[in-house]
Amino acid sequence: MSSELRYTANTQLEHLHARYTGTGHADLSKYDWLTHQHRDTLATVVGHPTLTSFLAIADGEATGRVKFEMTERMLQPCGPPPAKDED
Amino acid sequence: MSAPGSPRLVDSFTVPKDVLKEFEELAEEENVDPFAETASKRQIAQRQSDYHNRRFSRTATESIDAFQAGKDGKEVEGGYKDAMRLQMLEKEEQRVKRAIEEKERRDREEHKEKMDLDKTPPAAEIEEAAKELAAAAGTKRKRRWDEPSDKTEEKKSDTGEWSKEALEQSAPKKRRSRWDATPADVGETPKKSRWDMTPAAGSADVAMTPIIMNAPGYMQEDKHNRYLTDEELNAVLPSQGYAIVTPPPGYAPMMAPRQLMATPITEVGGFQIQESSDAAAAAAAAGLAPELPTEIPGVGNLAFFKAEDAQYFAKILKEEDETELSVEEMKERKIMRLLLKIKNGTPPVRKTALRQITDKARDFGAGPLFDKILPLLMERTLEDQERHLLVKVIDRVLYKLDDLVRPYVHKILVVIEPLLIDEDYYARVEGREIISNLSKAAGLAHMISTMRPDIDHADEYVRNTTARAFSVVASALGIPSLLPFLKAVCRSKKSWQARHTGIRIVQQIAIMMGCAVLPHLRNLVDCIAHGLSDEQQKVRTMTALGLAALAEAAAPYGIESFDNVLKPLWLGIRLHRGKGLAAFLKAIGFIIPLMDPEYASYYTKEVTVILIREFQTSDEEMKKIVLKVVKQCAATEGVTPQYIKQDILPDFFKAFWVRRMALDRRNYRQVVETTVELAQKAGASEIIGRIVNELKDEAEPYRKMVMETITKVVASLGASDIDERLEVRLVDGIIYSFQEQTTEDQVMLDGFGTVVNALGIRVKPYLMQIVSTILWRLNNKSAKVRQQAADLTTRLAVVIKQCGEDQLLSKLGLVLFEQLGEEYPDTLGSIIAAEGAIANVVGMTQMNPPVKDLLPRMTPILRNRHEKVQEASINLIGRIADRGAEFVPAREWMRICFELLDLLKAHKKGIRRAAVNSFGYIAKSLGPQDVLSVLLTNLRVQERQSRVCSTVAIAIVAETCGPFTCIPAILNEYRTAELNVRTGCLKALSFVFEYVGPQSAYYVDSVVTMLEDALTDRDLVHRQTASTIVKHLALGVAGLGCEDSMLHLMNLVWPNCFETSPHVIGAVMDAVEAMRVTLGPGVLLSYVLQGLFHPARKVREVYWRVYNALYLGAEDALVPFYPDLSELSEGQNVYDRHPLQVFI
Repeated sequence: MSSELRYTANTQLEHLHARYTGTGHADLSKYDWLTHQHRDTLATVVGHPTLTSFLAIADGEATGRVKFEMTERMLQPCGPPPAKDED
Repeated sequence: MSAPGSPRLVDSFTVPKDVLKEFEELAEEENVDPFAETASKRQIAQRQSDYHNRRFSRTATESIDAFQAGKDGKEVEGGYKDAMRLQMLEKEEQRVKRAIEEKERRDREEHKEKMDLDKTPPAAEIEEAAKELAAAAGTKRKRRWDEPSDKTEEKKSDTGEWSKEALEQSAPKKRRSRWDATPADVGETPKKSRWDMTPAAGSADVAMTPIIMNAPGYMQEDKHNRYLTDEELNAVLPSQGYAIVTPPPGYAPMMAPRQLMATPITEVGGFQIQESSDAAAAAAAAGLAPELPTEIPGVGNLAFFKAEDAQYFAKILKEEDETELSVEEMKERKIMRLLLKIKNGTPPVRKTALRQITDKARDFGAGPLFDKILPLLMERTLEDQERHLLVKVIDRVLYKLDDLVRPYVHKILVVIEPLLIDEDYYARVEGREIISNLSKAAGLAHMISTMRPDIDHADEYVRNTTARAFSVVASALGIPSLLPFLKAVCRSKKSWQARHTGIRIVQQIAIMMGCAVLPHLRNLVDCIAHGLSDEQQKVRTMTALGLAALAEAAAPYGIESFDNVLKPLWLGIRLHRGKGLAAFLKAIGFIIPLMDPEYASYYTKEVTVILIREFQTSDEEMKKIVLKVVKQCAATEGVTPQYIKQDILPDFFKAFWVRRMALDRRNYRQVVETTVELAQKAGASEIIGRIVNELKDEAEPYRKMVMETITKVVASLGASDIDERLEVRLVDGIIYSFQEQTTEDQVMLDGFGTVVNALGIRVKPYLMQIVSTILWRLNNKSAKVRQQAADLTTRLAVVIKQCGEDQLLSKLGLVLFEQLGEEYPDTLGSIIAAEGAIANVVGMTQMNPPVKDLLPRMTPILRNRHEKVQEASINLIGRIADRGAEFVPAREWMRICFELLDLLKAHKKGIRRAAVNSFGYIAKSLGPQDVLSVLLTNLRVQERQSRVCSTVAIAIVAETCGPFTCIPAILNEYRTAELNVRTGCLKALSFVFEYVGPQSAYYVDSVVTMLEDALTDRDLVHRQTASTIVKHLALGVAGLGCEDSMLHLMNLVWPNCFETSPHVIGAVMDAVEAMRVTLGPGVLLSYVLQGLFHPARKVREVYWRVYNALYLGAEDALVPFYPDLSELSEGQNVYDRHPLQVFI
């Protein structure tokens, strides 16, 4: 939070935002942001039955399996986190 | 006057005595300090009772950290053992004192003739008594404040302990090595750092006075009765003809420490008072608070400085050569400066000082800190604000020091415990907080060993506060951990005081923790159950009170935990009398509501016998408790109406419905509450029938009590079971008591209104009588009576209409109309309200006087400044404008419009709102043009409130008459070059679009150019208000196909996202969020993506904020809009979103 904004009326809103998963901040890395995007995408597929059936037909799988795989993939959708730079 | 011709009684006339006296008083008044009285009221000690001020006679011991001592492997002194011994000595001392008193009394009785009037006992007797005392205590008596102590001994003595061995060892020697290494006074005289010592002003030979033993008359040195200093005497007395006489040999001033007190003041006497400083300086300049500095070297400007502060902060008041000070002394001065800043400084100074003292707490160490803080807290002239701040310091410091506080636990407790019984709620909460933190820092074992000696202290005050402190410890560390200790204490065989305190702890736990006691209820009850059969009456009483508190806290659960005590309680009420019985009854009263219905019924019957016996009691406390228990019993399910009617009511009414009960406020309330509760079971007619005749009683307070009861009963039960005969008596009684009242208050009025409204149409036969009463009273001499009559009309209007008595209403309306010239504003307000109530029920067309006569009469009244009049008249006018505007010529309405503008400035929100609404009604009936031009002109006035209300009114006019009537006018007005007008127009538009919602779709294109102008204005407020308009517009037109103009506005709003002013950025962010709704999250995302990874942090921060709001608002909908970032894939991390790349 920048210093000017710290004492504004919107501080509470910002706190509220920070409590939700998927929200970001100025120092968020590319990896983290994209991971959230992927999870959101997978969640959308699982959450909308039409999308699930679409994928199931394309892959030739059962909808249940598609759901399962999507859920499984949410763990690390973009692979393991990159090693941290030492600086 | 003597008759003419008679000899004159006096030779000459002189000034009458009272005139002379007046001048004397005037002269005296000049020296009066007008602040003195309020100053003493601010002081906590001044306003508190003697019981509260007993805290000044408490002593604190050092509590040794047993854990630490064990580690050192050294013998420790001053710990639990010593505390217990000290406490025993104290008890013994009290016993001997009592014995002496007893003996003296007996002697006096025996040798009455010998002693005669001479009350002083012979010297031999005193000596004897003193010897006995010394022998009994086996030690020297503790030094008390009122005994000037032997100076030489004092100098040598190690004042920490008064025990014999301590005195013997008091010869100079090296200080014992202490675990906490408080100020190392290596090789010095054995000056132990005592926290309760007045800071000696550097000179070792000044006697030290324990502040904790402050007493009235000793420290009350306000500027009126303090001793004059030599300088002051020199200034007052002429320099010639007077000589300073040397005091007679052998004279030792009683007030030795006074000099210490006086020194620092004279030293800073020549101080310059800065002109910039505030109240204190102003007072000083006026000569009210002479010679008190407001600036201290190294501290800076203070908000105030009291004479008492000089005593504590003597060391830092004068300039010193800091190079000569040791490290410890430097530290001490540093702490003092910080404390002075916190206690007396301005808020910013205080804040930084508080932070510093917290940060450095561990460097300073517990000893030096508390040595300075605690004496300040025991100062007699302490004020609330200072106490709050010092307590705050302790709280912060405690947190940092953690287990280092152990040696100071008792000292802190002695100072903080009194807060637990303070009358101020916040002080109690603060005290609780501190003790809770303290117990977490010091640990349960240490807390128990520290407080154990106080549990059977001789002084009830100490035991009381200790019990409360223990309950706080229990809530901080959990009840289970304290239970074993509590069990032991409650069964103590040594002294009944310990048992008493133990049980009181349980009671306090229940009171403080409420339903949180439920899991431990059985344990707690078992803990104290045996106290019901204790041989000490006080213990039995306390046990019953403890059980009552537990039952109250547990309600409505936990009856099974009380199984063990039911029998002794119910047997007990047959055995005991007086106070004990009262406590037992109280406990029963709280336990019965927990029971199942059938048990409750049985046990109620058991207790009723005793209750009925005690109805006759003359003891006030007992009466209250009996009433309460009756109320609680009556409320339980198992008690039948039949039982109440037959067994309780006759005796109850005989004992409590007597005139005497109405005289005491608390009795009065209790009787009314209990009777209402009984009525819930027995029925309204049963109760009202019994008391209705008393409405004609000759004692007014009693009539009032009857009326209040009837009001409450009728309000909750209705009047349906009141039969015809009772109805006659009731209405008759009410009219009688209403007419006969001499003190005008709400009770009779409310009662009349409630009963008549409950009776409804049944009241018709009596209406003639009632209305003639009102008419007669409306012409009464007294303004209050007229006001009441008008208020009664307001309440009765609906019922009169129900009964179809329109003639009566129109008669009342006419009389009230004639009364509109009333001069008392309160009465006038009531009359207008009554007129309004009548207009409400009969409607505008049937209204008599006709509306066209009434309204012009109201116009001048609108100018009245009284709030009640304003509110009543605006309500009436608004109602007429709403329902019957066509009966009044337009010219009259315009006149009213101008008057209404003044009402927009009213303080009360209700009045402003009513005025704004009236504009809407008037505009509706007249057409908006004229009203609008009045309102738009009003945008030019100075007061902000008036302008804001005008904008709201414009918006309401727009809402009622259609936006098309207003928006062109507003846009036209916006072209005015005046800033206020333009902002007002923008605001009005913002309200318009907020109110009209989706209708705004038709007006978007017409306002876009104006918004372009406003959003690109240099003025911040313009852009802020324009953003608000955009927000309302965007939300209104969402989904109505205005995306093109909205996108245009979005482009104008977006650059404002870097604003920093809180209101502006808030409005801009709101507008952006509203755009998300209208334009869709995808469009917004494309704006945001530009800056999420911008090199400048300030840009990133703002963009991420917008992103977060966007993300939370439309998480799912964003998925298709995220950019494809597969080309960023590297190594193990693949950023392709495969599910989206599938197609069939």
